Amino acid sequence: MITIPTAHALLLAGVLFLLGLMGVMVRRNIIFILLSLEIMLNASGLAFVAAGFHWGRPDGQIMFLFILAMAAAEVSVGLALVLQLYHRIHTLDADQASRMRG
Amino acid sequence: MVQLLWLIPALPLAGFLILALIGARLPRRLAAVVGVGSVGLSAALTVCIVVGFLRGLPDHPSYSRMVWSWLAVGGLKVGISFYLDALTLTMMAVITGVGFFIHLYAMEYMAEDAGFSRFFAYMNLFVCAMLILVLADNLLLLYLGWEGVGLCSYLLIGFWYTDPANGYAARKAFVVTRVGDTAMAVGLFLLFDHLGTLQIQDLMIRAQAGWAAGSTLPTVAALLLLGGAVGKSAQLPLQTWLPDAMAGPTPVSALIHAATMVTAGVYLIARTHVLFTLAPTALTVVAIVGAVTLLLAGFSALTQKDIKRVLAYSTISQIGYMFLALGVGAWAAAVFHFMIHAFFKALLFLGAGVVIHAMDGEQDMFKMGGLRREIPLTFWTFLIGSASLAALPLVTSGFYSKDLIIWQAFASVHGGLGLWATALAGAFLTSLYTFRMVFLTFAGPLRTPVGHRPGWAMNIAMVVLAVLSLCAGFLEIPKTLSGGVHFFSGFIQNALPATVLAVSREVYESLFEWISGGTALLGAALIYILILRMPNFTTALVRSSAGGALHRYWFSGWGFDWLYDRVLVRPYVFLAHINRDDIIDSFFDLISWLGGLGHRVLSTTQNGKMRSYAAGLAIGAAVVIGMVVWL
Repeated sequence: MITIPTAHALLLAGVLFLLGLMGVMVRRNIIFILLSLEIMLNASGLAFVAAGFHWGRPDGQIMFLFILAMAAAEVSVGLALVLQLYHRIHTLDADQASRMRG
Repeated sequence: MVQLLWLIPALPLAGFLILALIGARLPRRLAAVVGVGSVGLSAALTVCIVVGFLRGLPDHPSYSRMVWSWLAVGGLKVGISFYLDALTLTMMAVITGVGFFIHLYAMEYMAEDAGFSRFFAYMNLFVCAMLILVLADNLLLLYLGWEGVGLCSYLLIGFWYTDPANGYAARKAFVVTRVGDTAMAVGLFLLFDHLGTLQIQDLMIRAQAGWAAGSTLPTVAALLLLGGAVGKSAQLPLQTWLPDAMAGPTPVSALIHAATMVTAGVYLIARTHVLFTLAPTALTVVAIVGAVTLLLAGFSALTQKDIKRVLAYSTISQIGYMFLALGVGAWAAAVFHFMIHAFFKALLFLGAGVVIHAMDGEQDMFKMGGLRREIPLTFWTFLIGSASLAALPLVTSGFYSKDLIIWQAFASVHGGLGLWATALAGAFLTSLYTFRMVFLTFAGPLRTPVGHRPGWAMNIAMVVLAVLSLCAGFLEIPKTLSGGVHFFSGFIQNALPATVLAVSREVYESLFEWISGGTALLGAALIYILILRMPNFTTALVRSSAGGALHRYWFSGWGFDWLYDRVLVRPYVFLAHINRDDIIDSFFDLISWLGGLGHRVLSTTQNGKMRSYAAGLAIGAAVVIGMVVWL
């Protein structure tokens, strides 16, 4: 059985996290922002799994299950907010929702 | 009777309170009754106390009574407590007596004025403050009266406050006298610091016991008190406020000049005479200040056009005589002249008020004339007052009081020929400017038709004061005249020491009296010729270049106003102008400006854009992680 080195898995997780972060910061479409958030969550999940494998313990996979559940909840709330936002300002551009500027 | 002493200042105070609180709602007649009546009752009570006091002499030369404890802090205990002796009694009698007649006169003079009750409220407070000043048995209470007098003079000089010039004159009087008051306050601190009490009598005893004559401390203390006296009494160099104080209604001028305010300085020096005796230098300064002032003011009075300004300068000059008398140790003569001066100066101001009313507010003497036949009673009383001011020999009170000063300026051990000559020159000037005023106002052709004529209240006040101006002098007659009468000096010696005369000079007394009496007559005759017989010569003299320059110089009061304006007022205004944005304040402005700047910078980060918040979060997290990992 070929084992993948932990470092590679963490590297992949890091790259995915950064990609997600870039997406959150760069994209304006709020759907894509939510997608990028999912990528960041999954990246951190991957890091947990890799770390659990490295230490030979089940904690990492248990954490991943928690993350999965939280991501599902987050997406449902997030999509509801997106719907509301679209109702109010008729666009999905996140920058348009800036009525709270100081 | 003397137990009711506290009522004397309390009655005018009550009058003030009534008029100040509900005066505007009272009918005029009632306001007048309260205003005049309160001082009248005080005057009546004073008469009773004088009678009781004279009966108690010489066993009870003084009386003191604590009415109330004012403040007690540590070693300092100050009471609202009164002290009565011959000096206080004289002052009190003049303040309430002359004050009452001025009030009576003002009742008619101010009858048409919109601020009738306000006027009497201030006048009553003025009399009350002055009574507190002379009755106080400690210097702090005296200072309360002192400042009260200053406040009331401010209120009354600026009584017609709608004219900004009157407000300016009031502020000038207040600020200039405040200079002297500051010196006096420092003097009080010094006395309390070194002698540990402010009770005047204790102070004098301790000063005499603890301080050597001529040493530094009594000299400094006496000079500081002199500073206060000079300010209130309008002597050099703080005399500039008095001519401008003519902005107030004429009864106010009468009250300020005759009964209250300007004599406060004379009283202060007489009251603390022990201190001044311990400081011969200060006493000499007093004499010189008086002598120089009486001469300068006499010259200025000679050139004025405004009838009230002539009287103002004559007051400065006459107070100068009192200072001269104090300076040579002629205490009785100073107080005697104060009393006589109060009678004739009040009379002259009241007469001037009638003249101004008759001329419908005109105060320029060159536009008057010929009033002798129009208002004869005023003419005769005014003439009596003027004769008394000019000290015409034998028949007027002014002769007996002023010649006593002139004689003692020479004969006292502190006196000398120089002071005597100055006083004599001043007497000559007095005679000149007094009769110039009389001739310009009452003689010659009628130049302006006469408006108001005085009623009974004004006439009574003037006649009573005229009688006093003629007769009060007989209380003190020099011994060269029919053996002499020394009632007044004998009376005042219960409070003040007798004048020490140099023995070698006493033989000249009758000669010197002939000289000073002749001087007054000579001045009157000379001005008669100059004004009425040779008016063209006088006009030509003023028109000539040297005469004109001198005339302008004297007219402006020896340029003191000009000097103070350049040296003090303008630099101050200039500094105020360049500092109008307040340099100190700019530091605090900087703080608020920095706060505003921070606000503006930080509020730009609150742009409402979710993505930039997310970016901020990411950068912050990266920085924190970086710090944790690498630092």
